[in-house]
Amino acid sequence: MIEIEGITKRYDATTVVDDVSMLIEPRTIAVIVGTSGSGKTTLLRMINRLVEPTSGVIRLDGADNRSLPGYQLRRSIGYAIQGHGLFPHRTVAQNIGTVPVLLGWEAARIKRRVDELMTLYQLDPQAFGPRYPHELSGGQQQRVGVARALAAEPNVLLMDEPFGALDPIIRNKAQEDLLAIQKRFGTTIILVTHDMEEAVHMGDKIAVMDAGKLVQYAKPAEILAKPASAFVETLVGASEKPFRLLSLGRVRDAVETGAAEGEAIPDDASQRDALAELLWSGRPALPVKGADGRPLGRVTVDGLVKRAARPA
Amino acid sequence: MKEAGVKAWLPSLLRLVLVVLLIAFVTNPGWFEPLLKPLTENNAPAIYNQGSLLTLTLLHLRTVLIATVAATIVAVALAILVTRPAGVEFLPLSRSLVNIGQTFPPVAVLALAVPAVGFGEKPTLIALFLYGLLPIFENALTGLTTLPANVVEAARGAGMTGWQRLVKIELPLSAPIILGGIRLSVVISLATATIGSTVAARTLGEVIIAGLLSNNLAFVLQGGLIVAALAVLIYDGLSAIERYTARRMGQETA
Repeated sequence: MIEIEGITKRYDATTVVDDVSMLIEPRTIAVIVGTSGSGKTTLLRMINRLVEPTSGVIRLDGADNRSLPGYQLRRSIGYAIQGHGLFPHRTVAQNIGTVPVLLGWEAARIKRRVDELMTLYQLDPQAFGPRYPHELSGGQQQRVGVARALAAEPNVLLMDEPFGALDPIIRNKAQEDLLAIQKRFGTTIILVTHDMEEAVHMGDKIAVMDAGKLVQYAKPAEILAKPASAFVETLVGASEKPFRLLSLGRVRDAVETGAAEGEAIPDDASQRDALAELLWSGRPALPVKGADGRPLGRVTVDGLVKRAARPA
Repeated sequence: MKEAGVKAWLPSLLRLVLVVLLIAFVTNPGWFEPLLKPLTENNAPAIYNQGSLLTLTLLHLRTVLIATVAATIVAVALAILVTRPAGVEFLPLSRSLVNIGQTFPPVAVLALAVPAVGFGEKPTLIALFLYGLLPIFENALTGLTTLPANVVEAARGAGMTGWQRLVKIELPLSAPIILGGIRLSVVISLATATIGSTVAARTLGEVIIAGLLSNNLAFVLQGGLIVAALAVLIYDGLSAIERYTARRMGQETA
């Protein structure tokens, strides 16, 4: 649980973050969205005290984040940034082991943890462990960056546009990986992005920031349905709203009874993908199959279109 | 293909030849007497005869080494100090001090140092030390202030203390640039050390000065050539170390 209470950061006369309060539930993903200069990165950096607030309190699991020296606090919080920031003179294994080494773990435990994370991220520890960051592709570097942030098993992971430098295909994969790993470790993640698509896709809750103020903090569906201001509305993108709304739901929640022709769509695909498939193939309905391949029913254009309408 | 292979080997071959010639010359200068004889007049000796060339070469190198090590320690320490938050205000002061060291002619430093510390190696060491500070300090400063921002940010975010960041990240990453400064400083010192012999420091300058005093071109030439060969070889060696370090730090080299 992360409690942010009345946090303000001023640099001379400029207020960068203005009296922000929010509560982040444990084991959830909170996404902070905003344009550049909205103060979202500064807010994130005040959680691990890379920036000291002018006023206000941040509590992690009830404890004031100023009760430890800054460097000790930061060892207990994962931190991943855009462009990964890997140490170019250290091998992949050394990079991932950074925080455990600082914490004084035994060599065997560090090696076990590094191997576990590399395997999790589909990097063969034998092949990639001794390599240097510049020998990896952009996507691999990004994965090492996140693995490094997770190495000391932190309860909280802060991410500052971690996927910003990736091309769209690798980016999707990286997002899926992160969601899977978040489920596995139950890490509380706070992710900063300027991409509403990413926010809707990743966030259990979305915080929209504008000019240092927290404009709206709510579940994605609510942000889409009831934007608190014209700014949020613009950020959401009026013409994108129905599709973003659909992308929140899974096909299994839109299944109707009946049968349909053609190849089946898996029940964990997003409703948006199902609608896209229907429109593209010109069919009125698609069969749906479960994870075990069993037919579950069908989704229809009419049914999906109803779901894309503004919630009452 | 074959031609390219020869081209790649040529510099190494030339270096090897130079090393062999240099060692042969300082250990057995007599072998080269016929070559230098035509440069002398009135049957003057062609090979320096007031001391061993080998000893002078080693003493010359020792002087340069001591001065460079001292200059490196002071210059790097100063650069570290002024790049810490607590030391930023000393940056202009350190810059001026180091610049004065560079603009003050070594000859003048010798003249001022002799009354204070006497004749011999000491005034030379002082002059070389002051003269060598600037390149190392400026390079260390550049290295420490142009580190990739997201790498430093990641080090801070991982919970490294200021000291850990300096030792584990900042110094290793700026090592190639600092080495470049040391290389410049060494080469300047190798040449400048010769004037130390005007105040009785035992360097290869002795040979050159003896040649100038007795109008013996052979002496001047052999003193100058040994210094030049040393400078070329050491410059090459340090450049190679620099490239190796840069590669180890994951930086691309041209």
